[in-house]
Amino acid sequence: MTFTIQIENGTEVRNAEADSQRTLYPYVTGTSVVAIKYKDGILMASDMGGSYGSTLRYKNVERMKAIGKHSLLGASGEISDFQEILRYLDELTLNDNMWDDGNSLGPKEVHNYLTRVMYNRRNKFNPLWNTLVLGGVKNGEKYLGMVSMIGVSFEDNHVATGFGNHLARPILRDEWREDLSFEEGVKLLEKCMRVLLYRDRSAINKLQIAKMTEEGVTVSEPYSLKTFWEFKAFTNPTVGAEGSWLYDN
Amino acid sequence: MFRNQYDTDVTTWSPTGRLFQVEYAMEAVKQGSAAIGLRSRSHVVLACVNKAQSELSSHQRKIFKVDDHIGVAIAGLTADGRVLSRYMRSESINHSFTYESPLPVGRLVVHLADKAQVCTQRSWKRPYGVGLLVGGLDESGAHLYYNCPSGNYFEYQAFAIGSRSQAAKTYLERRFESFGDSSREDLIKDAILAVRETLQGETLKSSLCTVAILGVDEPFHFLDQEAIQKVIDTFEKVPEEEEGDEAGEGEAEAAAVAPAEQGGAGAGDQDVAPMEM
Repeated sequence: MTFTIQIENGTEVRNAEADSQRTLYPYVTGTSVVAIKYKDGILMASDMGGSYGSTLRYKNVERMKAIGKHSLLGASGEISDFQEILRYLDELTLNDNMWDDGNSLGPKEVHNYLTRVMYNRRNKFNPLWNTLVLGGVKNGEKYLGMVSMIGVSFEDNHVATGFGNHLARPILRDEWREDLSFEEGVKLLEKCMRVLLYRDRSAINKLQIAKMTEEGVTVSEPYSLKTFWEFKAFTNPTVGAEGSWLYDN
Repeated sequence: MFRNQYDTDVTTWSPTGRLFQVEYAMEAVKQGSAAIGLRSRSHVVLACVNKAQSELSSHQRKIFKVDDHIGVAIAGLTADGRVLSRYMRSESINHSFTYESPLPVGRLVVHLADKAQVCTQRSWKRPYGVGLLVGGLDESGAHLYYNCPSGNYFEYQAFAIGSRSQAAKTYLERRFESFGDSSREDLIKDAILAVRETLQGETLKSSLCTVAILGVDEPFHFLDQEAIQKVIDTFEKVPEEEEGDEAGEGEAEAAAVAPAEQGGAGAGDQDVAPMEM
């Protein structure tokens, strides 16, 4: 993907040097993040993979972080841009804490701040190449939202990024309920992550689940899902396919 | 305070450690017509006296809405007050836009105070000649602050500024301990009674004062003349014969200034410069 800027008479103005100053493509990327609201707050899941193109290069990347007292941020996309966002939010929460006046940034404020940042970068043709999931609980109110790299932002009861939108959200649309318990929520997320593990080639089998409630954030230790690869469709994928000479009889 | 050789510049200290220009700016606040603020745990009421230049003109606006949850009443150089109100509105709306959340009033007053302080430390500027009573909400409830031309700010349960504000302050000092738990209606009544104290004997009419209120579930808005007159009627005695006409027209239009006001207020205000209201 290359960008060229044209002025009235049609000549291309941007040269290679200027291009190196802005994001053109992502290099080290994280894949899906899936998050849901549950009875006591927010549950978010992501794997720990950092892909370098088609190579599954990094296997210990934490793609979910706590922000302030009330929020949890998960990101897919370029890992270095995620780290840059964490630096922005660090400054933001530091300034907020320095006021020391009883007011604090809630998830809604952080979400809107991120939306502004992402949209403004997009307008300068220098995006932060991430899709962000922002969840949190403040004063008993649960909040879950998403911001994309072009600044599209919205809230919902369940959100996902990347492949998660196609594979996980249909499951969540059928099976999500308002009053899921913690165990039910984890089971639902694991179901989604398992589908992603089978079908998303940039997913790895090492994931974390983060929980956000009024009390605070806990990010689980990394663990693996049990998988089963002996399905007949997996062992012999071309049986009965159009044009194949293999038949199941 | 008399003229002396250290009062020409705001950047000149006196030998006793005073900045006279800043103190003179605070004098300007005392010359303006009174503004009063009081708060309970959930509401803030701002009230002011409507003073008009002459019978022919309308009165100046001294209370401004900054946001749904913040209002400000000013006393002193109203032009300076308008400029600062515009700054406050700008800060408030920028915060709302970025965070989709109301700016906590405590943070706004600090920005305001820092802005005022700058003018006390630049030789090419002068201090703002206006005192601001800022009422607003944040996470911990309702607050009332007073911002001074010196760049100081203080939080108050109730306060009055401007000319003859001492009378109002005395009234408020007697009652402030109960304001925290006051109902909305009692708070409004106390504000109007405090305004009455500053009028020093003039009959209180709804056309003479402006009242605004904001609260935890109530966005900032002005009370209309009818509502104010109703509250006045609950405590003003039935007027004597000579003022019988005025009682009949209790719901005076906002712009009209009754002749009685001229007589009572005229004498003391000969020294007030036209720009100070």
